[in-house]
Amino acid sequence: MNHPFIQLTISQIKEFFREPGSVFWSFGFPILMALGLGMAFSGKKEIMHGVAIIPTYSIEGSIIEKTIFGGESMKDTIIEKRFENVNGKTRYVYYITSWEDAEILLKRGIISAILSEDENGIRYHYDPMNPEGELIQVQLSNFFETGNLGQNTGVIEPLQTIGMRYIDFLIPGLLTMGIMMSVMWGVCYALIEKRSKKLLRRMVATPMRKTHFLLAIWASRLILTFFDSVVLLVFAHYFFHITIQGSIPALILLLLSGNIAFFGLSILISSRTANTEVGNGLISFITTPMMVLSGIFFSYQNFPAWAIGVIKILPLTKFTDEARSIINEGSGLFGSLDGVIMLILFGVVTFLAGTRIYKWY
Amino acid sequence: MKVLPGEFTALLGPNGAGKTTLVEMIEGIQKPDDGSILIKGMPWKGNEFFLNQVIGISLQETWFIEKLTVYETLCLFASFYHLSKSRAGEILFLINLEEKKNTYIKNLSGGQRQKLALGIALLNFPEVLLLDEPTTGLDPNARHDIWEILLKLKEERNTSLVLTTHYMEEAEYLCDRIIIIDKGKILAKGSLQELLTECETSEIIEITVNSVSSYNFHQLPGVLKTNFNPKANLYSLEVREIIETLPVLLKEMDKEGIHIRSLQCRKRNLDDLFTSLTGRHLNA
Repeated sequence: MNHPFIQLTISQIKEFFREPGSVFWSFGFPILMALGLGMAFSGKKEIMHGVAIIPTYSIEGSIIEKTIFGGESMKDTIIEKRFENVNGKTRYVYYITSWEDAEILLKRGIISAILSEDENGIRYHYDPMNPEGELIQVQLSNFFETGNLGQNTGVIEPLQTIGMRYIDFLIPGLLTMGIMMSVMWGVCYALIEKRSKKLLRRMVATPMRKTHFLLAIWASRLILTFFDSVVLLVFAHYFFHITIQGSIPALILLLLSGNIAFFGLSILISSRTANTEVGNGLISFITTPMMVLSGIFFSYQNFPAWAIGVIKILPLTKFTDEARSIINEGSGLFGSLDGVIMLILFGVVTFLAGTRIYKWY
Repeated sequence: MKVLPGEFTALLGPNGAGKTTLVEMIEGIQKPDDGSILIKGMPWKGNEFFLNQVIGISLQETWFIEKLTVYETLCLFASFYHLSKSRAGEILFLINLEEKKNTYIKNLSGGQRQKLALGIALLNFPEVLLLDEPTTGLDPNARHDIWEILLKLKEERNTSLVLTTHYMEEAEYLCDRIIIIDKGKILAKGSLQELLTECETSEIIEITVNSVSSYNFHQLPGVLKTNFNPKANLYSLEVREIIETLPVLLKEMDKEGIHIRSLQCRKRNLDDLFTSLTGRHLNA
C-alpha cells in the first residue's frame, strides 16, 4: 500500500542504512566504546603504578636501596616489581631519574608520584587531588615497613558479582546516550538539513499531512534505536555476561519514553533553524553537557551538591538512572514509572512547544 | 494578473525582479502584504488541503533525499496524493528518466534533477502548474527536453502554467502570455504577439566601433533612443526605420573617421523591449 506514513517511514530507514557513516556511528561506535572502556576498566589482569625515584647515593642505610634494590646501589634506570594479593596483581614501575625528568614523566601521566629520600626518611611527592598518588603513598609506606602493599587487618572479599562492575555501570549509560545521540542527530539534524535544502517546503506543498511526516520521522528513529539497543545489549550479554536483572517490558517502556523525550527536544531545537552549521552547534550545545554531566562514564555524585540537584533533572540523567535501576538493580514496571512519566511529559511539552513555532518554509 | 485555464503564462524578468516572491505567494508559501490571490476562485486560507491537491509546483533548487532512487522519490511523493506506484512509472516515462529509475538522487545531473522536480510536480495531474525557473543553469539540450515535456502537457491536458524565467526564448517558445516584471512591478504584459507588435513600432541598429566616440547619434534621422555598452564599445540605436537611418549613419561614421567593426540591423525583440523599459538586459 502506498500510504504516506509507510512510505515516509521506509524512506527514512532506507536513507539511514544507505549511509555507511550513520550505520557505524549508530551500531559500531557504542560497541567499540563498550569494548574499549569495558576492557580498560573491567578486564584488567594487573594494575600498574608508575613512580619516579630521585636517587640519593650518600645516605647510609637508604630504605629505598634496601627494599627496592635489595641493597644494590641504584644503577638501573627502570625497575619493575610485582605484587600479588587478594585484590589481584599489582605492578610497580620505578623510574630512577632526575627531578626535572620526573616532573616531565608526571606531566605526561607516566607516573603518579615521585619519591625522594634524605636522612629523615622517604618523601612522597604527589598531587593530593589524585587518588592514585594517595594510593601509592599508602601502599609503598606499608611496603617499606612490612614488605607488603597493604596491612590486611580484616578479611577482604572481592566483589565480582555481575551488576557491580564498572562495565555494568557503563552499559546502561552507553545505551541511553546512544538513544539520545541517535535521536538528536537523526531527527534534529535531518530536519534542519531538509529545511535548508527546501525539501520541507516542497513536501508541505503537497497534501501530505504534517502529522504523518513527524510521526514517520519518530517511528523510523524508534525502530532504528530499538535495533541499536538490542545489538548493544546482546553484545554486552555475550561479551561481558551482562543480563537484564529487572523487567524487560519496563526497559522497553523506558526506552520508548527516552525516545519520546529526545524526539520532542529535537523538534523544539530544529523548529526554527535553517542552517546546518547552526544546527550542528545547537545539537552539540545540548548533548555534550548531558554526556559529561549525566553520569554516563562516571558517577555524577562527585559533583558539588548544588550541581547534583541540577544534573538530576536533566532528561539523560533520569533516563540513565532508570536504565541502571532496571538493568542492574532489578527494577520492575512500577519502580521506573515516575522516570517514564517524567520523560514522556518532557517529550510531549517540548514537542508541542516546537510544533507551535515550527517553520515549515 | 489573471491566468485562464489551459493558459501558459511566463513571468519574465532578471534576477531579483521578484518573480520567485510572486510565484511563492501564488503557491501559498509566502503571504502577500496586500491584495489577494485566488486559485479556482479560492483563497489559500482555509483551502490549503484542496489547493495542494490541484497544484503542482517546482521550486527553484529543491534537493530531494539524496540516498533515495528516482523511482522511490516518485513513489514517496505519489503517496502524498494517495496515488498508486504505477503513476510513478508513468511519470518516469513522461520525463524520460526510465533509465535512471534506480539511480540515487545524488548521482543525477542538474538536468535530470530538474526533470525529476518537474515529474514530481506533474504526479497529481495538476490543474495549475507553477514552475520557478525550471531550466536555469541547464544546457540547451536539457532545456529543450523540459520544453518538450511542457508542450506535450499543453497538448494533452488543460493545465494552466505559470512559469518564471529570465530566458526570453523560453517565454517566447512556451507561453501564450508574457508578463515582464522588474523590482516587483509589472512593466508590460500581453500575448507574445501583442508584445511583439509593441516591439514592431521600432527597429534596432547595433554598431561596434573602435573607440569611444563623442558623436551625438540623436542627430541622425529616425533615432528614438540610444544605448551604449562601454565594455563592448557597442552602440544600440532604436530607430523608426532602418532604411531611414542606416545610409546617413554610414556616411556620418565615414566622415567622422569612426571605424565600424561590426554592424547588425534587426527587428526589436522582447529583450530590447525589456531593455528600453528598465535600462537593463534580461540576463544581466
